[in-house]
Amino acid sequence: MENHDQQAQSNHGHLEEHHHEESFVTKYIFSKDHKMISRQFLITAVIMAFIAMVMSFMFRLQLAWPGEKFWILNFLLGDKWAPEGVLEPGMYMQLVTIHGTIMVFMVLTGGLSGTFSNLLIPYQIGARDMASGFLNMLSYWFFFLSSAVMLAGFFVETGAASGGWTVYPPLSALPQAMDGSKLGMTLWLVSMSLFIISALLGGLNYIVTVLNLRTKGMTMTRLPLTIWAFLLTAVLGVLSFPVLFSAALLLIFDRSFGTSFYLSDIYIGGQALEQTGGSPILYEHLFWFLGHPEVYIIILPALGITSEIIAVNSRKPIFGYRAMIGSILAIAFLSFIVWGHHMFITGMNPFLGSVFVFTTLLIAIPSGVKAFNYITTLWKGNIQYTPAMLFSIGLVSTFISGGLTGIILADSALDIPLHDTQFVTAHFHIVMGVSAILGMLAGVYHWFPKLFLRHMNKKLGYIHFWGTFISAYGVFFPMHFLGLAGLPRRYYSFTAFPMFDNLVDINIFITTFAMLAAFVQIIFMFNFIYSIFRGPKSEQNPWNSNTLEWTTPMENTHGNWPGKLPVVHRWPYDYSKPGKAHDFVPQTVPLEEGEVDGGGH
Amino acid sequence: MIKFLIYVAIILAVFAIGYLVRVFELASILKGDSPHKVTDKDNKFMSKIMMLFLVVFFVFAIWNLKVYGPLLLPDSASVHGAELDWLFNFNMIILFVVFVITHIALFYFAYKYYGRKENTATYFTHSNKLEMIWTIIPAIILTFIIIYGLQAWTTITAPASKDAIVMQLYSKQFDWTARYAGKDNELGASNYKLITDQNALGMDSTDTKGKDDIIVRNEFHIPVNKEIEFKLNAREVIHSAYLPHFKAQMNCVPGMTTMMHFTPTITTAEMRKKPYVINLMKGINAVREKRGEKPEEFNYILLCNKICGNSHYNMQMTVVVESETEYNEWLKSKKTYFKN
Repeated sequence: MENHDQQAQSNHGHLEEHHHEESFVTKYIFSKDHKMISRQFLITAVIMAFIAMVMSFMFRLQLAWPGEKFWILNFLLGDKWAPEGVLEPGMYMQLVTIHGTIMVFMVLTGGLSGTFSNLLIPYQIGARDMASGFLNMLSYWFFFLSSAVMLAGFFVETGAASGGWTVYPPLSALPQAMDGSKLGMTLWLVSMSLFIISALLGGLNYIVTVLNLRTKGMTMTRLPLTIWAFLLTAVLGVLSFPVLFSAALLLIFDRSFGTSFYLSDIYIGGQALEQTGGSPILYEHLFWFLGHPEVYIIILPALGITSEIIAVNSRKPIFGYRAMIGSILAIAFLSFIVWGHHMFITGMNPFLGSVFVFTTLLIAIPSGVKAFNYITTLWKGNIQYTPAMLFSIGLVSTFISGGLTGIILADSALDIPLHDTQFVTAHFHIVMGVSAILGMLAGVYHWFPKLFLRHMNKKLGYIHFWGTFISAYGVFFPMHFLGLAGLPRRYYSFTAFPMFDNLVDINIFITTFAMLAAFVQIIFMFNFIYSIFRGPKSEQNPWNSNTLEWTTPMENTHGNWPGKLPVVHRWPYDYSKPGKAHDFVPQTVPLEEGEVDGGGH
Repeated sequence: MIKFLIYVAIILAVFAIGYLVRVFELASILKGDSPHKVTDKDNKFMSKIMMLFLVVFFVFAIWNLKVYGPLLLPDSASVHGAELDWLFNFNMIILFVVFVITHIALFYFAYKYYGRKENTATYFTHSNKLEMIWTIIPAIILTFIIIYGLQAWTTITAPASKDAIVMQLYSKQFDWTARYAGKDNELGASNYKLITDQNALGMDSTDTKGKDDIIVRNEFHIPVNKEIEFKLNAREVIHSAYLPHFKAQMNCVPGMTTMMHFTPTITTAEMRKKPYVINLMKGINAVREKRGEKPEEFNYILLCNKICGNSHYNMQMTVVVESETEYNEWLKSKKTYFKN
């Protein structure tokens, strides 16, 4: 306890020392303030998401109407990549590759964790800022550089990386194999290395801050579930991103210095290469050792955000708080021993495959607990339909329906015919893509008053939600059928195969909904930008929420709380507690005599 | 110039929408509604849409099954494929039940418990009993899923029997080559350093096992009800040998030989006579006719299912399943690679 007081004191002193006016550069560009860094992450991620969405729009046009001319493609890509408005196969590959990379890393890892971990960790644990503001600033700027370098691929002559977002060697290692493996691939690797640095700096900071800077009374079991999710996400990132870094480093060596970590017995371009003894399977192991925790790095923050929003807007405690923490821990642990389920048919030992089947299907249990707990939280609630709440309920739905098809793919025998088909594309888009995006958008609507001190427009939010949710299912539900019909993913067109000719209607159906989805995102973009400048000013605690971020004044002060740090007396979920005047009791309200804290045990 | 005008038009449109929204906001404030605060009216309206969505979603799912179901692959044409069809349906029934129950619960609660000023939520923090129920029941169901799944997996990945017909599928950017092991049922040695334009597989002429090997392109034949063991190789990048009708797939990895085996159970001719397939082909040929392309007959196909370069989408080989006598005759008509 003394420690906490000292911490508060020293932070307070620190605050007074720095009361001078900040320059434009230190305030808006090289800011060390967690709130500003959070906004920087969010705005960068929104822009990147928009770019990635436009990319998906372009390749969806090609998939629905292969070989047809669209002036918009020529307008966006120019004569080289879309002559007369017909997408080039090379460009198609670049688009699917960079769309995947941007969405997975820049938007749903950097953007999601970067925005909400930065915003909420200091706010919700009652800290003045992150443990290291400087590292935090570096984390953003490495992220920014990484995003810029990733996009730079489109401006080199041979185009961006185009071996799929997993960039398996030898395809990605051999510049002779495709144009996308030339300079574009180097840029991809540089971008990814910068990104990993950013993720590590951010992740270490989040972990240290949560463990050391909690305010007085904020025990681990009084943390909001958001913070638990962000903490475990950061742990996953810190443990798995270095492995991706080593994978990328070895790939750089193979590409540039003639080593043969991943290469063996290759004949290409009329020439037998010298490299022997390497194995592409090694890369796959290293990649997926990050790659699988990565999907939980994406989904856990979204689930954390949802836990908070569903509790606040159901005006009920989150059901099974401790079980929720337990399931986050279980998911985080298991996520490290399931990576092989991406490799059932790579020639990996079949026995090893069986082990991965077992561990993977185990994850269904904690995931199921989470889903059932969300549903039970709604039961007998008093649900306030803010746009954030709608997005959270949408997440629960997509998390369930996407998770269920995961059970099929985790079953190695059933994975044989479905591996790398559109069934997989449909599955992971629903369970992690759509779910995480819905969670992120829920967070944006809910914490917009903390981010920009204003509100977003409710009606546009409603249109945005229903448009997004309906079109997400409109796109990805029928896509399962394409996969079941044997249609591979990453095919530029299916016209070479008569057996796929009758699937063209499904593709047109999907693209139509994709266009609707893109259109409603424009509404969101508009609402977002408009509300930053012109939205109605927010009151201090607009959602009648218990957590600490709503006890700070509605202005951007450095150090968050003027005066002393708040002291926490109870868990964050005392909503509609019997015998209380209001249907919420903020964490700073002391316990009454004889009152039991927490879930009552 | 046109590009410039388009940019200007987009910018003007954005401003126009901005002012429109401002007008709507002011109008709603005048009417006493808030542009951001949620009212009971909103709650009620949204809860109704939740229920509507549930119904529409289920109708949509059933419509998908009905319309897109008949476009899926016909019954699997291999021994293990038939087992997988059963396993898939078994899993799918369980998952569909879970999907329906959870979605009804989710959207029904979302409909029923919409916020009303006069209501208070129930303070219900946890229940060990409920949480035990939804830990243990899924665990039991998963046990069955895992057991049946692993049984199928072990059978499929067990080594091929000794009398299986051995052949090689060789992949390179962007085509397939098939090699039969010939009378000795053993493939001759090959080495990537021996690859030339004439010797695309890099076959080693000093290995006597390779003397009777037969190389074919575009189309390969296999006998029905005989186990075939495929040895898979790749020349430069990873490819994946995918035979959707047989529910078979395995990656081809440079620097190593991967393997898969299956027993085809239905000949191409038999498949063409199945009512389901006739119907399927009718649909396909209707689309082709509209495009002005010639009608096609049903064929088994081998395709590449691992991204392998710009022409990845174009890499295929036709597979013909026929009776053993037909197969033997076909093979006899092919010459061995090395002239003896």
